[in-house]
Amino acid sequence: MTKLIIILLSAVFINNYVLSRFLGICPFLGVSKKLDSATGMSLAVIFVMLLSTAVTWPIQYYLLNPNNLGYLQTIVFILVIAALVQLVEIVLKRYIPSLHQSLGVYLPLITTNCAVLGVTILNIDENYTFIEAMVNSLGSGLGFFLAMVMFSGVRSKIEGADVPESFKGLPVTLVAASITSLSFLGFGGVIENMFA
Amino acid sequence: MNKLQNFSKGLIKENPVLVLVLGTCPTLATSTSVLNALGMGAAATIVLICSNIVISALRKVIPDKVRIPCYIVLIAGFVTMVQMLVKAFAPALDESLGIYLPLIVVNCIILGRAEMFANKNTVVDSAIDAVGMGAGFTLALVMMATIREVFGNGTFLGFEIPVLIDNKISILTMAPGGFFVFGLLIALVNKFGKHKPKKKEFGCAGCPQAAACGRADCGGCAGQAEAEVSAQ
Repeated sequence: MTKLIIILLSAVFINNYVLSRFLGICPFLGVSKKLDSATGMSLAVIFVMLLSTAVTWPIQYYLLNPNNLGYLQTIVFILVIAALVQLVEIVLKRYIPSLHQSLGVYLPLITTNCAVLGVTILNIDENYTFIEAMVNSLGSGLGFFLAMVMFSGVRSKIEGADVPESFKGLPVTLVAASITSLSFLGFGGVIENMFA
Repeated sequence: MNKLQNFSKGLIKENPVLVLVLGTCPTLATSTSVLNALGMGAAATIVLICSNIVISALRKVIPDKVRIPCYIVLIAGFVTMVQMLVKAFAPALDESLGIYLPLIVVNCIILGRAEMFANKNTVVDSAIDAVGMGAGFTLALVMMATIREVFGNGTFLGFEIPVLIDNKISILTMAPGGFFVFGLLIALVNKFGKHKPKKKEFGCAGCPQAAACGRADCGGCAGQAEAEVSAQ
C-alpha cells in the first residue's frame, strides 16, 4: 500500500510529466490559455492514460513477451493507442453525447501525444505490476492536470503584463513555465522521506 | 525552389525547433549535454530521412484516407530499427536517452515533414528536405545543449572548462533551465530573425491530426479546441 502511495505522489509531484520529464509540452503550451480548455484537455489525458495502460500492459505481458516480440513494443503501443482513442470517440459520440461534448473535442488531439505513449512505455520499463501501472498512470494524469491548471492561472496574468517585444508570445510563456517548474523542484526527496 | 534552398531552409529560415516550434519535448529533455543532443539529433535525422524517402516513394500507393496511420506505422518501424541499433552499438547513449528514443515516433517534426513535404514531392527532394530539417533540428539541439552544458556543468563534450567548472549554474541542467534557455533562444530568433514573429504560436502543420482537423487556418489545434468549446 505504501508503495502505491509513493508511486502516486511521486508521479504527481516529483516526476511531473510536464514540468520535469518534458512530456506533453505541446498541449501544455498550446491549450493552457484558458482554464476551461485546460481542464477539459487534462481530464481527457487522464482518461486516455488510464485506458491505454489498461490495454497495453496486458498486451505486453500476455502477448508480446511470451512470443519474444518485445521489440515490437513501440509499433504496437502507438497503433493500439491511436485505434483505442478513435474507438472511444465514436462510442462516446453515439452513446454518451454529454461526455463527448466535454471531452470529445480533445480526444483526437491526444492520440499521438507523447505523454500517453510515454506513460505506457515507462510502466513496462519500471517493471510495475498491473495495479502499480494503473496507479502510476493515474498519478501522471493528475500531475498533468495540476501543471495545466496552475499554468493557465499563470498565463492569464501574463496576458496583461507589459513584455518586451521580442519576448512576446512563446518566449515569455516558456520563461513562466521555467519558474513554475522551479516550484516543483522543491518536492524532490520529500515523498520518499515521508514514509521512511 | 532549387536543391540548395531546399536544403538550407531547414537550417535557418524554417528551423523546425526555433521557428516552427515543433518537437519541443525531445529538445527540452535531451539538451542537458552536447553528447546527448548529438545522439538525439542523429537518431531523429536518420528516422526522418528514411521515412521521408519511403513515404515519398509510396505517395501514389498509399490511399489518401488512411495515410496518417500508414505514416505512423512506417515511422514506428524505422524508430524500432534505430532503437535496436543504438542498443547494440551505443548502450551508453541508449541509457541516457532512455524513454525519449522510442518517443521519436511521436516527434511532430517527422510526421509534419511527411504530411507537408514528402507526400507532395519527389524522392530526391524529400531526401534533401529531410537532411536539411534533420540538420536544423540537430543544430538547435546542440545550441541549447552547449549553453546548458557549458554554463550549467562547466564542461563541453565532457572536457572541463577552467573558470566555469568552479562557477556552475547547476539549475541550467535541470528542468527549469531547459524551459528558460529555450525561451531565451526563441526570443533571440524573434529579435534578430528577418521574419516578424508569427501570429500563430504553434505549428499546426506539424500536428499529426492536421489533416483530420481541417482547421489549420484558425490557430491550430489549440485554436480549434477553444473555438469548439466556445461554440458549445
